[in-house]
Amino acid sequence: MEPKKLAIIATKGSLDWAYPPFILASTAAALGYEVQIFCTFYGLQLLKKDLALEVTPLGNPGMPMPLGMDKWFPVLGLALPGMQAMMTAMMKKKMKDKGVASLEMLRELCQEAEVKLVACQMTVDLFDMDKSNFIDGVEYAGAAAFFEFAGESDICLYI
Amino acid sequence: MADFDQELDASGLNCPLPILRAKKTLNAMASGQVLHIVATDPGSVKDFDAFAKQTGNELMESKEDGGKFHFLIKKS
Repeated sequence: MEPKKLAIIATKGSLDWAYPPFILASTAAALGYEVQIFCTFYGLQLLKKDLALEVTPLGNPGMPMPLGMDKWFPVLGLALPGMQAMMTAMMKKKMKDKGVASLEMLRELCQEAEVKLVACQMTVDLFDMDKSNFIDGVEYAGAAAFFEFAGESDICLYI
Repeated sequence: MADFDQELDASGLNCPLPILRAKKTLNAMASGQVLHIVATDPGSVKDFDAFAKQTGNELMESKEDGGKFHFLIKKS
């Protein structure tokens, strides 16, 4: 029987938004799906050897804040230097405490399970990104190549 | 709890790690062998049920005991 196929477009490059593509891809692969993640624009950050992703509370009223900070901290305060680094450190610690896998581990599990990682060639050029900063095994392609896989997929997600 | 051939302790791990570890362990097992998984993630109850249905491996038992979840999966 033909395996089911999952096609994902990953467009975001923050710590929190990097999770859905890798969690869904690795799980689908474990369920027997053939999976491809097409990384475009900020989603290209997911392919860097050094995953230095951060999370920001700015413009994100849905983000639960520690110590009731959202109650008394003015929104402008969240733009202070160091705030993003602090929130990122707190988020990473929380994830570790709760047994949530690191992005590095999830990405490795994806690669072990032969999830195909594709970088959008156009955005790589647009941002003058150095391919030597990307992990091994990444393929470079465009929109037409994505549709070749996505057109036959059972599930297609834009994240 | 019935007999099993191999055990996987996924305590403290969160979604999707218990499933991924189970899949990896099952890959190295022979058809008909039984894997006992221990997990603390409450989401794993529905997830292992769904995992079994989609992969064709049989979920022989699923139970909670003292805050831990136990699963027996027979490799297809």
